[in-house]
Amino acid sequence: MALKIPSPLTPAPPAEQVPESGRPTVAARTYLTPEGWAHLESLLIPLGAIVISLLVFGIFCACLGANPLAVYGSIYRAAFGSWYAFQNTLLRAAPLMLCSLCTAIPFRLGLIVIGNEGALVVGGLCATLLGLQLPTAAPLAAQVAMAAAGMAAGGLWIAAVGALRQFRGVNETISSLLLNYVAIALLNQAINTWIRDPESINKASSFALTDEQMLPTLGGTNLHPGILFGLVACVLMWFLVQKTTFGFQIRAVGGNVRAARLAGLPVARITLVTCFLAGIWPGLAGMVEVAAVHGRANESLNAWYGNSGILVAFLARHNPLGCVLISILLGGLIESGGILQRSHHLPDATVLVFQGFVFLAILFSESLHGQGQWFGKFGWGRRGRRNG
Amino acid sequence: MLSPLGLTLSLILPSMRIFFTYFAVLCASVFGTTILPGEDLKVGFIYVGPKDDYGYNQAHAEGAATLAKLPGLKLEEEANVPETVAVEQTMKNMIVEDGLKVLFPTSFGYYDPHILKVAKQFPDVQFFHCGGFYVEGKHPKNVGTYFGYIDEAQYIAGIVAGLTTKTNKLGFVAAKPIGQVLRNVNSFTLGARSVNPKATVQVNFTGDWSLPVKEAEATNGLIDQGADVITCHVDSPKVVIQTAESRGAFSSGYHASQAAIAPKGYLTGAEWDWKNVYKAYIADVQAGKSLQAGAIPHTFRGGLKEGFVRLSPFGPAVSEQAKAAADKAKAQFMAGSMVIYKGELKDNTGKVVVPAGAEWKQQDPQLEKMNWLVEGVIGSPKG
Repeated sequence: MALKIPSPLTPAPPAEQVPESGRPTVAARTYLTPEGWAHLESLLIPLGAIVISLLVFGIFCACLGANPLAVYGSIYRAAFGSWYAFQNTLLRAAPLMLCSLCTAIPFRLGLIVIGNEGALVVGGLCATLLGLQLPTAAPLAAQVAMAAAGMAAGGLWIAAVGALRQFRGVNETISSLLLNYVAIALLNQAINTWIRDPESINKASSFALTDEQMLPTLGGTNLHPGILFGLVACVLMWFLVQKTTFGFQIRAVGGNVRAARLAGLPVARITLVTCFLAGIWPGLAGMVEVAAVHGRANESLNAWYGNSGILVAFLARHNPLGCVLISILLGGLIESGGILQRSHHLPDATVLVFQGFVFLAILFSESLHGQGQWFGKFGWGRRGRRNG
Repeated sequence: MLSPLGLTLSLILPSMRIFFTYFAVLCASVFGTTILPGEDLKVGFIYVGPKDDYGYNQAHAEGAATLAKLPGLKLEEEANVPETVAVEQTMKNMIVEDGLKVLFPTSFGYYDPHILKVAKQFPDVQFFHCGGFYVEGKHPKNVGTYFGYIDEAQYIAGIVAGLTTKTNKLGFVAAKPIGQVLRNVNSFTLGARSVNPKATVQVNFTGDWSLPVKEAEATNGLIDQGADVITCHVDSPKVVIQTAESRGAFSSGYHASQAAIAPKGYLTGAEWDWKNVYKAYIADVQAGKSLQAGAIPHTFRGGLKEGFVRLSPFGPAVSEQAKAAADKAKAQFMAGSMVIYKGELKDNTGKVVVPAGAEWKQQDPQLEKMNWLVEGVIGSPKG
């Protein structure tokens, strides 16, 4: 497996040149500017992108005959305007946070994994399979066991992607994409045959978990524990990647796999463990979907959370803490989709148009990072500085 | 756990605060949503797909649109709401933020667990769901379900198809091999073979409710095999009917009328007619009746006679003979004397499923559990 990765010690090629291997390079251009500018840049550019997308979206709304200012007000109120609204936003954000890690973590290793949906589905399925075997176990024990099953299944699913890459040279993006279809087929097979509840006549579903096995809401709120898991997972993963020796090894392999080998790093083990660690989070999201939302496994597990997670990871520049922010932003946007229809009589696709504007603007704004002479190269991941 | 959590918060909050402030500034000048007079009855409709899908959702949206014209009634709609936590939040938003007391979440998958969960939290709100099976004593008292025997209309559409086909081969594009779908395939086949015993129906399952590419492939495949009348049971029949029309085949619609997209080949179609159901419910609610008090039944079913379903008007290709046969069968349904499933009836493997002399009327629970295809259908009930 020959990987041509430029050394982090030499200047990276211009951003337009994608290296043959497909592994992302670490931009090494640095500027000797005060960090303050860099902080400002990393805040101003995304904010500017949001302002521009809001303006474009306002024109869109005006064309449809709605008052853009009233629409902005409604989006804010529906997504962030009250504690009730913010809880709804967080509920939407929870699976996105967990799923985004599945792309964000392997990216630091130089792998682009998009198997989030598949890992979520197998996680949910395995959690259900185990939960159905433990109808009489103590609720907490059953929940912990289900979470462990979901995490293990999701982890192994993505570890398989890493193994295919490491030992057989299979492109991880393609294999993880295809494994999504395998996971969904597996779910369909299970809910149509092995664990099908014969009562589910018109929507094939597994037998139901018991009420005691369901995860409780967090005291006094509408929130399920998924949001807590998401926050903890993102912080843990941020800490792992940025602050630990193992995280440094991950980044070393991602920076230059040959140099990492020469330095004696166990690249295969690092790849497999990192992929496993990436996969456990969508697996956990699947368990939460089953044990906090649906109460059984069925095709609703496959609700595009995983695929949205890919988007979140890229927008967050693969920084786990950025994933928290972007998930909340996206959760809020999705949550506000309803009020645009109910209060402003805009078409149901309006919120998708808005999301499209926001994400295009943020992605385009990426090219502005580090462009100004007085802007330092910083980035949320602090990758530039590390290599400087 | 606490210190990393605190760390995230300290990192998130400053940027969040800027984000919030930014929005707050924008919103400061804005406050302009209309406050409605409290006396109007506000009714909410939730759809799983777009309202103009030429299919399942459009049929419901057309029914809802007739309500919007009623005095003293305010309609609120949300489309493209998936069968996840999303629908729970949409229902809660309609109740908590907009003060709705009557909801119509129309997709099958909304029922269990989402409606059951939210209904328990809001016992004074009435939930009317399309297609669910209400279980007395187990499901909340403020939930009711309604559904129509659309296979009666499929039976008549089958008669028209059977008398129109030249090749004696009919094509059926179906989503999933579940009870509801198999029942439509069987009723369509029985209708066709009641007037044309040589007719066969080839069924082609796509595997999911909305797979436009596969639906087009299935339609083309059926026509390539000689079928000259195509019908379907998918969420949006638009692609199937359009493809059939472009290939010069006849078509029979489903859910709503697709006559507009197939002006030449559209024969008729089995349509939902939800306006009657919705008007009946609203009249009850406005008269002060409720599900909770037991004044509105928890299970509401009907067919052609009760006005739950109807046929699309006949297209130009339908012969006088076919019209007469269809009208005759319709009159029997309206009189209540028609039974589609009566013995002796064999499935397409030769096994007797309805014994001689037996009559399975529309309410018969065995019909809801259907897992076989009747003689004359080419295909497997396993998909």
